[in-house]
Amino acid sequence: MSTKNTDFKNIERAARNREKTRKIITYVLLTIWALIVLFPFYWMILTSVKSYGAYNAEYIPQLYTLAPTFQNYVDAFTAVPLARYFLNTIIFTVITTGVMLMVTVFAAFAFARLEFRGRNLLFTLFLALMMIPNELVIITNFVTITNLGMRNTFTGLILPSITSVFYIYLLKENFEQVPDELYKAAKVDGTSDLKYLFKVLIPICQPTIVTITILKVIECWNSYVWPRLITDSPTYFLVSNGIQEIRENGFGRENIPAMMAAVVVISIPLIVLFLIFHKKIMEGVSRGGTKG
Amino acid sequence: MNTRSLKPWLYLLPAILFLTAFMVYPLFDVFVYSVEEGYNFASQTYSGTGIYNYSYVLHDQYFLQAVKNTFILVIITVPLSTGIALLISLGLNSLPKLKDLYQTIFFLPYVTNTLAVGLVFMILFKKTPYSEGFVNLLIHFFGGESVDFIEGPYWAKMFVMCFYTVWIVLPFKILILTSALASVDQDLYKAAKVDGTSRLRIFYKITLPMISPMIFYLIITGFIGAFKAYSDVVAIFGVNLNAAGMNTIVGYVYDMLYGDSGGYPSFASAAALILFAIVLTITCINLLVSRKKVYYD
Amino acid sequence: MKIVLDHLTKRFPNRNKDGGFVTAVSDFTFEIPDGKLVGLLGPSGCGKSTMLNMICGLEVPSEGRIYFGEDDVTELPPENRGVGMVFQSYALYPHLTVMQNITFPLENLKGKDKLTKEQMKAKALEAARLVQIEQLMERKPSEMSGGQQQRVAIARALVKKPRVLLLDEPLSNLDARLRLQTREEIRRIQKETKITTVFVTHDQEEAMSISDLIVVMSAGVLQQIGKPQEVYDDPVNLFVAKFLGTPAINVFTGKIRNHRLFIGDEPVMHVQEDDREVYVGIRPEGFILDENGPFTCALNRVEVMGRDTSVVSTHPLCENVVVRSIISTEDKPDPDAQDVHFFLKPQKTLLFDRNTQERIYYHEVPEAL
Repeated sequence: MSTKNTDFKNIERAARNREKTRKIITYVLLTIWALIVLFPFYWMILTSVKSYGAYNAEYIPQLYTLAPTFQNYVDAFTAVPLARYFLNTIIFTVITTGVMLMVTVFAAFAFARLEFRGRNLLFTLFLALMMIPNELVIITNFVTITNLGMRNTFTGLILPSITSVFYIYLLKENFEQVPDELYKAAKVDGTSDLKYLFKVLIPICQPTIVTITILKVIECWNSYVWPRLITDSPTYFLVSNGIQEIRENGFGRENIPAMMAAVVVISIPLIVLFLIFHKKIMEGVSRGGTKG
Repeated sequence: MNTRSLKPWLYLLPAILFLTAFMVYPLFDVFVYSVEEGYNFASQTYSGTGIYNYSYVLHDQYFLQAVKNTFILVIITVPLSTGIALLISLGLNSLPKLKDLYQTIFFLPYVTNTLAVGLVFMILFKKTPYSEGFVNLLIHFFGGESVDFIEGPYWAKMFVMCFYTVWIVLPFKILILTSALASVDQDLYKAAKVDGTSRLRIFYKITLPMISPMIFYLIITGFIGAFKAYSDVVAIFGVNLNAAGMNTIVGYVYDMLYGDSGGYPSFASAAALILFAIVLTITCINLLVSRKKVYYD
Repeated sequence: MKIVLDHLTKRFPNRNKDGGFVTAVSDFTFEIPDGKLVGLLGPSGCGKSTMLNMICGLEVPSEGRIYFGEDDVTELPPENRGVGMVFQSYALYPHLTVMQNITFPLENLKGKDKLTKEQMKAKALEAARLVQIEQLMERKPSEMSGGQQQRVAIARALVKKPRVLLLDEPLSNLDARLRLQTREEIRRIQKETKITTVFVTHDQEEAMSISDLIVVMSAGVLQQIGKPQEVYDDPVNLFVAKFLGTPAINVFTGKIRNHRLFIGDEPVMHVQEDDREVYVGIRPEGFILDENGPFTCALNRVEVMGRDTSVVSTHPLCENVVVRSIISTEDKPDPDAQDVHFFLKPQKTLLFDRNTQERIYYHEVPEAL
């Protein structure tokens, strides 16, 4: 009996050791990837606080600096119109997201709660549109906007960026989860559709609406292709195009610290947004991802 | 029609207007453009209809290079990113502590501006007469020969492109797979444990089949996404992708549009439709395979 | 296979992460004889699932030992214990057919125990026949009813010929009709295989109806072990008395004065006990309707349910105010009467200490009333 007991103890210990090794390996590998993810961020911040002279004197890159400077940030806002790019992006993002929300909420409400002939057919057509790649329609949109003389205008930037069938779909599904009884109760009380939508449905579905808003803001902040096609005057550049412009022409090609300062400034808003809402954003993306 | 039946359409009107103008109409129009030969953007006239545009695109060296680049990118990054994401997710799910922290860190690339961070990657990989660049520093450290990854040999450029693509697409895949893994009924694992199932067998016989729908979803969307690679490539190699020899199919489409004097919408349309056909074919193949291999609830 | 649990304790770290513990199972000692069907009974959250997991080997106890027969299995992983487990959710692999599900445990066998495909199939069929699902072998779990899934889960647990079969809330996911049928089925399978079987339930009726032995636990502590009828007739404390039986036992605050048991001002019985404060528990079947009875309740209504008549009345000292009594149909009271009077059956009238809630075993003195 006693020998048997020690035997089990050995088995136990071996199993526990194996478990420990596995855990250590897991941590090491995950940490390596975490470093790969974080390193570019470290590098951009590091480079952005190195002085132009110091940076260019380094044949072998230094992994730290003892003489940080903020001159590059001053340059980023004075030598190139970074503030302008910023403001443009904010205008673009706010208007696009706002109009998108209105269009989406109304459409989702009509599909989810109102009865009309051809509803299912129309919704199927909407869903079919989700499969159309942007590359296919962007050509005609480019021609349309050009012909309307809306190149280098906010209208031209915003109009084709508004609708997203996917968000309509997401919100409609969410609206439909709200019990029918609430709608009927509201009808019995004589509530108008509009009031029901704003006083009942939207507050209940607020999490989804927040998700959609955040996703659209990220999309707008990072959009590059359409703005690039439709703007060629720096007055209307968004940050992505601004960065590209800075890279090609700004600062003189070799002023990399100043470029990095601009990169840091551009990256900060979304990262701050993410750090505040990271639970919501990740939940939203995974929900959106699995349903799309 | 009375007001009652009119009202739903009123709610839908904005969505329908926007979608018709910027999705439905362009969808048909792109076919029209693609068969209008000798289209002149300034005068908006064309000389005839036919398949010349397609033939031009298919014989264009730049297009063929773009197709080659895109295919290499797709073939390398889709399996690689899905595999790494699966490994990381498995690791994450086995950690009781720090899971949230790691998850948050791993998700960071999703919320960064592709163009901005691409510039950082360019600097990390670039080698100039004045500077070695960080990656070459590492290569030296391990005793290798330094390479200019940005303007050097083709394989080096391709490596950076794939690396950056994987870096960018991983957050989404990790997120999806981690939540798929977490949603597998824990009782299944307990049941397998009671039967003394080995770790490897649990993975192949339970975990993998249970999350296979998500894996296939990621593979399908991964293919579609990788075929549309563009802005991450621009971020690293700059706007003149043809000169760098690193253009992608989508890049070719945009270059055609952006060209001098309003560009060549006809060639762009033909190229876009060819891309669409490729993506559609691959997706169909994927779906056919998945129907056989994937367990659906 | 006899199962011995020796001073078993399980503590979990609590949620506040302050290093504190929650004790799920506390100092549990009992012996399950070989070949019996044992019901582990208690309200939800009382630690019975933890108990089952420890017997199974999914959790290691913080203190105490577990023996299967003479073997100490406390630290042994589940696969080396020879246990079969049926989970509450059944835990069937949804992507595998019934056949593949049942052969799954067999495919894990290595070395000299390894089986050929044919042997596995034969064993799976044998197990399937035992639970009568041999015609469903090619189905997937999603194509089966809850009851059928349950049978597959049992077959999968039995296919390795375990020494001990464990079932976690086996009937909770079934509808009422299937529940009756399935519990008979479990009884039959256990009788046929003679495997020592432990099942967990919060439903006392379920435990009473099929177990050889029931184990009542509350808040991680063993309350009582015994044959169902014994535990019902002879509960050791108020908790067990209240937990077993539908309708539940009627509990009154009472007192003993001068060898007479009082409920309120009415002396209802003569006992040998000395003066003390008590709880009086009277089973619904412990009332005898009689105009001369010493115990008076205000009549609410009379429900005739076939064989029995249920008299619903109220009494101010009853814990739930409402008193439920079941009498035979012939004794039907006048439904318009204000009050009903009862004699109490001494063997159905249980006394408990007011403070400790422990049972008071008393002697009744019948003729002296």
